[in-house]
Amino acid sequence: MPTNTKPDRPLWTEEFSVYAPEDKFVLRRQFSKFLVLTSFGMLAGNVWILFRSFLGRSNPKYAAKEIGLASQLQRGDVRLFNYPTNNDPCIMVRTRSGKLAAYSQKCTHLSCAVYYSKNENRLECPCHEGFFSAEDGTVLQGPPPRPLPLIQIEQRGNQLFAIGVVENREKS
Amino acid sequence: MFGREFYIDPSRCIGCRSCMAACAECESHRGVSMIHVDYIDRPNSIATVPMVCMHCDEPTCAMVCPADAIKKGEDGVVRSALKPRCIACSNCVLACPFGIPKVHLDVELMMKCDMCYDRTSVGLKPMCATVCPSQALSYLPAETVKETRRGHPVNDFRFGNEHVSTLVSMIAPAEAPVIAVDVVDYMWENRDADQYEA
Repeated sequence: MPTNTKPDRPLWTEEFSVYAPEDKFVLRRQFSKFLVLTSFGMLAGNVWILFRSFLGRSNPKYAAKEIGLASQLQRGDVRLFNYPTNNDPCIMVRTRSGKLAAYSQKCTHLSCAVYYSKNENRLECPCHEGFFSAEDGTVLQGPPPRPLPLIQIEQRGNQLFAIGVVENREKS
Repeated sequence: MFGREFYIDPSRCIGCRSCMAACAECESHRGVSMIHVDYIDRPNSIATVPMVCMHCDEPTCAMVCPADAIKKGEDGVVRSALKPRCIACSNCVLACPFGIPKVHLDVELMMKCDMCYDRTSVGLKPMCATVCPSQALSYLPAETVKETRRGHPVNDFRFGNEHVSTLVSMIAPAEAPVIAVDVVDYMWENRDADQYEA
């Protein structure tokens, strides 16, 4: 029976092997087939993404977490905390209008930390000068593509609790 | 395949050319035979030998093909040239030590024996072995050949320093384990070969 033993051979015998199973030469027809099939794959992927975006996404539920006393925050004061895990930095501000608002501290552009500017009453990302409204987290200027995720807070007596994250606010 | 091997027994060939006629009947190359019946020593003898592709383990025809048109399949059968690739350059014709490939310039394609792999892959004999009346071309289990033939099968050839082992066996006299051909002898055909033996 055939012995397809391969001793040490020059490179061309690998690139243009005489053994049909090792043939790497791509025919025009094979290439066209590849193009057509990948195009169909892309189409199917896009249809799937479209379908998913119609369904909408629900915000996951997280356990409530204690984040300090409401009375300690005067107008223009800032408190940093982590929610829902210790790796998710968040920022809480009492805005000029006296409202308590908390957002994820990660800029939606490239995840730099945003800071509160007391003078302008807005959240500023220093990396690319992306500004967010302190009142509702919407983008005022710069590259960020969407508003900051909102941290829902609840006041029980004087105690503040973070109770949830609203990631994509346009849909909900 | 299916425990059977292809054997050429030159001593049995009667030169009837049934194999050529049967081969030419195939619908994939109708009218063109992939087998040659060669005269061994035409001036002195009418002895003939049918030559089918020997299906070398390292097919020289495929290795010299600049268009990558000749391929050896997993079954060990070296296929005829692929039509979209063959450029009819005749490199394979010049390279084959057995003189098997032939280029058909009218269709610009090399065509050669592919051991009827459409038939052998489903357990049938190649067409030539089916029709050969003296079984000079035979497709048999190795044990049958051992029991019924006087010679013994050789699939090891030496052309000068070039060593060629093949899928198809040639039935040779019992005393020849390797068929060696001194290529230099044939380069001087118009002289007496005996002069150069020393």
